[in-house]
Amino acid sequence: MTWPSLTLLSQSILSGIFVGSLYGLLGLGLGLSWGLLRLINLAHFAFAFLAAYLCYQLASGGRMDPLLTLVIIVPAFFALGAALHWLMTRFALTPFNSLLLTFGVTGIVEALIQTIWTADFRRLESHYAHEKFRIGALFVPVPELITLVLAVALSLGVWAVLRYTDLGKALRAAAEDAPVAAAFGVDQRMHGIVLAGTCSALAAVAGVCLALTFTLAPSQIYAWIGVVFAAVMIGGLGSALGPLLGGVLIGVSEAITMAVTAPSWAPIVSFTLLILILLFRPGKA
Amino acid sequence: MNARSLRVPIAIVVCASLLALMPRLGLPAFYDSLFYLAFHWIVLATSWNILSGYAGYFSFGHGAFFGVGLYTTATLSGKLDWPFLATLPLAAAVPALLGVALGAVVFRVHRVRGELFALLTLAVTFVIATIVLNTRIDGGPGIYLNAVPVPAIGPTQSSTFFLLALAAATATMLIAWAVYVSKLGLGLFAIHDDEDAAEVMGVPTYGYKLAAFAISCALAGLAGGIHALFISYVTAGEVFSITVPLTVVLMSVLGGTRHWAGPAIGATAITALLYFSTAGDHAVLGKAAVGAILVAAILFMPEGILERVQRALRKRSARGPATTRAPAETSLASEPAAPAAAEVLVRPDDVLLRARNLGKSFSGLRALQGVDVDVRAGEILGLIGPNGSGKSTFINVVSGHYAATTGDVVLDGRKLTGLPAHRIARAGVARTYQIPRPFRHLSVRDNVAVTALFGHARVRTRAQADAEAMKWLAFAGLEAKADAHPDDLNLHQRKFLELARALASRPRLVLLDEVLCGLTPTEMNDAVALIRRIRDQGATIVFVEHVMHAVLALTDRIVVFNQGELLAQGRAEQVMREPAVLTAYLGRAHA
Repeated sequence: MTWPSLTLLSQSILSGIFVGSLYGLLGLGLGLSWGLLRLINLAHFAFAFLAAYLCYQLASGGRMDPLLTLVIIVPAFFALGAALHWLMTRFALTPFNSLLLTFGVTGIVEALIQTIWTADFRRLESHYAHEKFRIGALFVPVPELITLVLAVALSLGVWAVLRYTDLGKALRAAAEDAPVAAAFGVDQRMHGIVLAGTCSALAAVAGVCLALTFTLAPSQIYAWIGVVFAAVMIGGLGSALGPLLGGVLIGVSEAITMAVTAPSWAPIVSFTLLILILLFRPGKA
Repeated sequence: MNARSLRVPIAIVVCASLLALMPRLGLPAFYDSLFYLAFHWIVLATSWNILSGYAGYFSFGHGAFFGVGLYTTATLSGKLDWPFLATLPLAAAVPALLGVALGAVVFRVHRVRGELFALLTLAVTFVIATIVLNTRIDGGPGIYLNAVPVPAIGPTQSSTFFLLALAAATATMLIAWAVYVSKLGLGLFAIHDDEDAAEVMGVPTYGYKLAAFAISCALAGLAGGIHALFISYVTAGEVFSITVPLTVVLMSVLGGTRHWAGPAIGATAITALLYFSTAGDHAVLGKAAVGAILVAAILFMPEGILERVQRALRKRSARGPATTRAPAETSLASEPAAPAAAEVLVRPDDVLLRARNLGKSFSGLRALQGVDVDVRAGEILGLIGPNGSGKSTFINVVSGHYAATTGDVVLDGRKLTGLPAHRIARAGVARTYQIPRPFRHLSVRDNVAVTALFGHARVRTRAQADAEAMKWLAFAGLEAKADAHPDDLNLHQRKFLELARALASRPRLVLLDEVLCGLTPTEMNDAVALIRRIRDQGATIVFVEHVMHAVLALTDRIVVFNQGELLAQGRAEQVMREPAVLTAYLGRAHA
C-alpha cells in the first residue's frame, strides 16, 4: 500500500465525485419508489441499462446526439414504469414480493439486451467522449460533468417538487399513512402511477449518462445494485437529495480505495457500508 | 416415533435407493449430469428454505455460503492436495461457522428482517467475493481442479457425481423433513408469523434462528464442495454471481416455502424446464424463462405449487362427508372438565411474584416508576388504572418483552429481570395480548401446541403437545376450530384462543391483558366464568381490566396504577372509595 501523489489523489477524488453523482442519479428513482411507494424496484437497474443501450443504438446507428435521445427515451420509459406499476398495484404486492417480481423482470430485460446487442462490451463513441478541459492540474471530462450537472439538477428539482407542490405533499402524505391520505382526498392510484413513471424516467436519464461514461455489457446490470442501494440507504429512503450525497460519499471513498490499493478492492467499500448501515441504522429503512 | 410418522423418511430413502441404481442401467452420461444438476439445486433450494422459508428470513446470500464451501474444497484439494472426500466435511463446516458468526451479529438487530435481511445477505455475498478475489484464496486467475482425482464411487466419473449429489440431496431432504416436524420447525414457523410473540411464548428465537442458519449454510457449503470438483475450474466471478440466490429463491417460491418438499418440487421443475428450453444454443432464453416464471409465480400463486395443491385437496375433502373429527376427540370435547393446572408448589398466601422498585423508561418518558407489587399464590389480582397508567407496561416488563430500567421481579425465589423472554415463559409466566396476536399461518391447534411445547409445561414431543393443545381448546370451547386458521375466528374466539395458548403452557402465573375489551355482554359473562375456572385449578392470575363490574366480581385484591406509579392496593370495594383513586379516575371535583 503506497500513498499516491497529491495530484493523483485529487484527480481520484474528482472522479469519485463524478461516479458518485451517477450512483446518486440511479438511486434517486430507486429511493423514491422504495420510500414513497413501498416498492423495491430491482428492475430500476435493468431499465437504466435498457435506456443506455437504446441511447447507444440511436446515437451510433441513428446518428443522433446522445443527449437528444432523451427526448425519445424519457417518455418511453415513463410509460414503461407506469405500466409495470399498474400491474403491481393490480395484484397488491407486498414490498418483498415486489422485490422478487422485479428480480424476475430484471432477468427478462437482461436476456432481451443480450439477444439484441449480444453479451459483448459496447461503447458509445460520441463527440463528448473526447472533450475534456483542465482546471489547474486536474482533468475534467465532459461526459462525467454532464452526469454531475444532470444529477444535481434532477435531485434539486425532485426535492422542490416534493417540498413545495401539492402533488409532492400528497405523495409524502400517502407514504406516511395511506388510508388517512385517501380520506383527505388523495388519489393514491393515479399518484402512484405518475410517481412510478417518473422513477422509471429518472432511471432512463441515468441510463443515458451511463452510456456516455461507461462501457456497457448486460451482466453489468448487477454490478450496480450494491453500490446504489448503499447510496440510497445512506441518504435515506424517499429523500430527494440523500442518494446524491450518499452516492458521492461512496464514490469518493471507492476512488480513494482504488488509488491506495487495487481497483478490484473497490466493491468492498460500498457493500461494507451497506452492511454497517443495515446493522446500525435499520430504522432508516 | 410410531410407524406412521416414519412414513416420509422411509419413502425418501426408498426413492433415493431406487435412483442410486440408475447408473447401472448404462444410460448415456449426460443423463447423469442432468440428474446431478437436479440434485444440486434440490440441495441448494431445500437448504435455503430451512431458514428463509420456515422462519421467513429471506436470504439473498445463499450464493455466499455455497461459494465458501466451493472455495474450501477447491483450496484444500486443488492447492493443498487433500483427498477430495476429506474436504467435504470442512466444505460444510466453514460456511456454517461463517453463517453463525454473521447471524450472531445480524439476529441481534431487531429490525433487520424481510427486505433488509435480503439486502444485507446480498451485500455479504459481494464482500466475500471481493475478499476471495483479492487474496491468496483465489487471487484472480481462478483455481484448477483438473489434477484432483475423482473418487471411484460409481462405475464412471459422471456416475460418481450423480451418486454424491444424490446422497447430499437425500440427506438434505431428510434434514428438512426432520426440522419441519420437530419442535425446532414449529418454533421457526412461529418466528415467521410473529417473532416477538413467539419469544414471549417461550420460543428461544435467537438460538433457533442461529441453528436454522447453521444447518442451511452447512448444506449449501456441501453442495458447493461437490460442485467444485464437478466444474473443475473455479472463478470468483462465476461462483458468487447473482444466479445462485435468484434461482434458489425462484425454485422455493414456485414450489412453496411453507413445506419441506416445496423447494425440491420447484427445483426439479425448473431444472427440467431450463434443460429443455435451453437445449441447443438458446442459453439466453433460459434466463428470460426464469425471469418470466418468477413474475408469473409471484402474480398468480405467491404461495407456491404445493400450497395451491394442498388447498385444492382440502376443499375437496371439506365437500365430502364430514368425518374429519375422530370419535375419541368428540368425547374429549363433550367434557370440558378442567385439566389439572401446574402443581401448586407454594402454600396459599405465599407471595408468588414479587416486584420491587420496578421501573421502565422510554428515552426519558417514565412509563413505570418505583412500583412494588406482590402477587400472592392462588389469587386473582386486578390491575387497574386510567389509560397510559402503566398497566400494559407492567405486563410487558414482567413477561420480558421489555427489559426493566430499574428494579427486580422475582418469581418464587427466582429472579426474572434480565432473563430473555423465553426463559421467563419457561419459568412459568404466561400472558395474553389485548389485541390477539395469533400465529396467522399456523392452525388453531398448532398455535396452542407452541406454548405447550415451549412454555412451563415442558411437553416433550409434538404428538403430546397436540393432545395437550386439544385439551385446552376444549377447555376454551374452541375444539371444533382446531384445524381452522386464526383468520377464520371472530374476535371473541381469538380472545379465547389467547387464553388457551396461555393455559397450555401450564403457567404458574397468568397475565391477562384486557381480555374482556371488545366483547359483547354475553361473551363477557362466558369469559368471566372461564377465568374463574382457571383460578379454581390453582393458577395465579394478574387481571388487567377496565370493565369494573368484572373486576369487582373476579378479583381478590386490586392494585391501582396512575401515571406509572402505584396509587393504592387492597380489596376492590375499599380501594375504589379512596379519594386518590377517585381523583385519578374521575377528576378533581369528585375528590
